[in-house]
Amino acid sequence: MPEPILQVDNLVKHYGDVQAVRGVSFTVDEGEVFGLLGPNGAGKTTTVEILEGLRNPDGGFVRVCGFDPQINSRELKHEIGAALQSTALPDKLRVMEALRLFASFYKRRRDPEDLLRRFGLEEKRNTYYSQLSGGQKQRLALAMALLSDPRVLFFDEPTAGLDPQVRREIYDIIEELRREKKTILMTTHYIEEAERLCDRVAIVDHGKVIALGSPRELKQRSGGKTRIEVKLARPAANGALRNLEGVVDAREMDGTYVLQTQRPPQAIVSLVKHLEAEGNELVSLEIATPSLEDVFIEMTGRRLRD
Amino acid sequence: MSNFASLTRMRIQLALRNKMFFFFSVVFPLGMFFLYAGIFAKGNPRVVSFFLGPVISLNVMGSFWGLSAMLVTFREQGILRRFHVTPVTSTDMLASSILANYLLTLPTVFIELLFARVIFHVANLGDLLSLFVLVTVGTVAFASLGLVVASVTNTMQETQVLNQLLWLPLIFLSGATLPIAFLPKVAQRVAVFLPATYLVAGLQNAMYSSFPVWKLLTQILSLFFWTVLTFFVAAQLFRWEPESKIPRNAKLWALATALPFFLLGVWENKNGQILTQAQAAYRSLDQPAKSDHPPKTQQPGSDSPSMRTLPPSKKDAQPQP
Repeated sequence: MPEPILQVDNLVKHYGDVQAVRGVSFTVDEGEVFGLLGPNGAGKTTTVEILEGLRNPDGGFVRVCGFDPQINSRELKHEIGAALQSTALPDKLRVMEALRLFASFYKRRRDPEDLLRRFGLEEKRNTYYSQLSGGQKQRLALAMALLSDPRVLFFDEPTAGLDPQVRREIYDIIEELRREKKTILMTTHYIEEAERLCDRVAIVDHGKVIALGSPRELKQRSGGKTRIEVKLARPAANGALRNLEGVVDAREMDGTYVLQTQRPPQAIVSLVKHLEAEGNELVSLEIATPSLEDVFIEMTGRRLRD
Repeated sequence: MSNFASLTRMRIQLALRNKMFFFFSVVFPLGMFFLYAGIFAKGNPRVVSFFLGPVISLNVMGSFWGLSAMLVTFREQGILRRFHVTPVTSTDMLASSILANYLLTLPTVFIELLFARVIFHVANLGDLLSLFVLVTVGTVAFASLGLVVASVTNTMQETQVLNQLLWLPLIFLSGATLPIAFLPKVAQRVAVFLPATYLVAGLQNAMYSSFPVWKLLTQILSLFFWTVLTFFVAAQLFRWEPESKIPRNAKLWALATALPFFLLGVWENKNGQILTQAQAAYRSLDQPAKSDHPPKTQQPGSDSPSMRTLPPSKKDAQPQP
């Protein structure tokens, strides 16, 4: 077994009194796409930035490509590529200039022309950074991450703030990188993104990993249950809903009742009968296929996206 | 080295695309040049030559505005972070902005010299080696000061306030706008604590009095030593992240940059070489040819005997009807 390319053990980081990361541990093998999934403020970005050598940890063990980011930050930076969150380039820098400039920093480098073509930015070659659209900026950021021909890629919220169509474009790019067996550590708060792109996912909440595995494993952990979300005209007692035939679990979240069931048709029939008997009414009903969201709800009692 | 070179190139490209840069580094200095040479000196070559030092020093000192603003913008927008995940070091970042700034300052200085020669017929531009050395060390020095300003402020607003606070004494007390010999005695005593005073005095001596380098060692070496210290402090206080806090001892470090000229100022106040030289130069404007018509506001009154030892007071300098 070769050594994992990323090793994180009991990582701790606090900002003043705020504990941003509280004992995060995971490893990533070469060729794997690994996702950190969690709500905003869960400590994902802090974790990634420690691995990139941008921040110093307060405790724990970290190795990236065999380097300790705190000690060998310079060597490490030749081996990694990163698309950061909340970053920018100078407004009046042209696309091709940015690629050439950043390529010049690395010992090993990819041809900027190739990346320009691959990321569909050829027409934007001489465009100022400030004149690019959000999606183009993000494609440029991903292209720039590849300039160093890196052994590990870090994508921090690669689709945050992008509209759905552009988001799918970015998915295509990441899927292609995945087929090429690139090692990627990405963070996201989109369930769909983690399920679709990642080989393995660590679900992070309040600075801790609360579940770790492949998306399939994680979903099975919730027992293959289907989630039914209903809104009712009048409040109902949780206990009553939980005891309905076919319903495994029921809880109320922000006015919505979330029922877990293994037999959705039966659960719906018994729910409707119960409501009729109570003189209550259904306002809306949604059936969600099992997803990582269920894992998160089960572990925390909250939704992933608040 | 290669990172440093490519960053320098980027800085120059960006500056040339920036309208603000064009205004502050080309339009403003040349405007000052014509104001002094054309209006204050009334085109009199000798007086123009007297004002060349101050005008060029304004140009040289202006460095710190642009540099501090740019570095703070880069940090606030998260541009520095992007460089931080590459092998670029903080020294690469800082040194490249200083070199780029220097290379961008030289052409304007050259144009000012050219105009002085061609338009205002200043036959003798003084000691060019001294001029070159002082422009070099001065530009780097004030650029480093800009980098310190960027490091001890968090937002653009703070940066601009601090820049203003520094800029006003630097231009009004140093002889860069009003000849130092023309200032009240108290102001002169304060002036010798300012690095700008040594730059202005040095440039004026080099151009108007044709002092060779070895006669300007005080100015050159003090500015050089200050540059090394200021750059070191800027590198110590450098921050990549917009939200990272100013280290607690930052203000002490920043104050340390005032130390060399504080000590030199104390010494100068006792031994007064800089001031005597400035007064001599100023007086000499009046001496040989009365036909020269120095500008009214600069006219040091009549031939009152007090002129030999004292700078003119405001009263003496009032324009005669």
